Amino acid sequence: MKSAVIVFPGSNRDGDVVRALRLAGSQVEKVWHAEHDLPAGTDLVVLPGGFSYGDYLRCGAIAGRAAIMDAVRAHAARGGLVLGICNGFQILCESGLLPGILMRNANLRFICHRQFLRVERNDTAFTRAYGKGQAIDVCVAHGEGNYTADGETLKRLEGEGLVAFRYCDADGRVTPDANRNGSMNSIAGIYSARLNVLGMMPHPENLVEDLVGGTDGRGLFESLVSSFAKAA
Amino acid sequence: MKARVTVTLKNGVLDPQGKAIEGALKSLGVEGIASVRQGKVFDIELDTSDKAKAEASLKAACEKLLANTVIENYRVELT
Repeated sequence: MKSAVIVFPGSNRDGDVVRALRLAGSQVEKVWHAEHDLPAGTDLVVLPGGFSYGDYLRCGAIAGRAAIMDAVRAHAARGGLVLGICNGFQILCESGLLPGILMRNANLRFICHRQFLRVERNDTAFTRAYGKGQAIDVCVAHGEGNYTADGETLKRLEGEGLVAFRYCDADGRVTPDANRNGSMNSIAGIYSARLNVLGMMPHPENLVEDLVGGTDGRGLFESLVSSFAKAA
Repeated sequence: MKARVTVTLKNGVLDPQGKAIEGALKSLGVEGIASVRQGKVFDIELDTSDKAKAEASLKAACEKLLANTVIENYRVELT
């Protein structure tokens, strides 16, 4: 599988994503935001975490209109896979690839801690390696991760099974305490209607090696790579 | 020609920053404040004196970048 990791001014998790993808067995190329094309044969585009353009105006707003995003939109429209993590999720919402928006955390604090996520479905290219309903241990680090959408959008996301992950406790229970940024319906990640675009606030790339204390994030990258191994 | 663009959160959208400011004003003893909503102001200088052209450019600026119309309203004033 070939992955392209887009680098914006202010991206700071690009290196971790590249490492996670390579560990899972993907070829990876970094692509500068001012480029107009993705490398030939790109299967997966990743928008990494960070603070693109210093989060000026709104998180992800300026990056969402960067030159490369036209190519990312075209890739998604062809059914290509796109993963946005943290600032990448904000960029996906700002660019119109995913609905809704990430607002300032309800408690107004930057949150940075280990967090369990419930895998809502495991029949997508992103989550095959997990069990349905499994609680996975990942990290969150953000100031604006409070997922907000209008009632109609929320109803559609829920009705069509487009919620990818919810904040939960270690036993997979979705509780108000586990939802520390105030996201509607405890949403931590969502899919596009065709399930080929995933945006999520937590950082699965943080926990892919025993050395750093956990490997629950690895399944996401392994799912992506194995989707292509099966297809080939 | 100059313009001022004001971007505000739509009614009903939670504004945690506005809430924090509201709380701070109350704790400072400023009286008569019922609620606070925070927004953004952009002072823009245009290189045209054609009013219709300026309005069209400002509308494009708001729709394309300055406001996220999912959660925000914008108002344009030419001065």
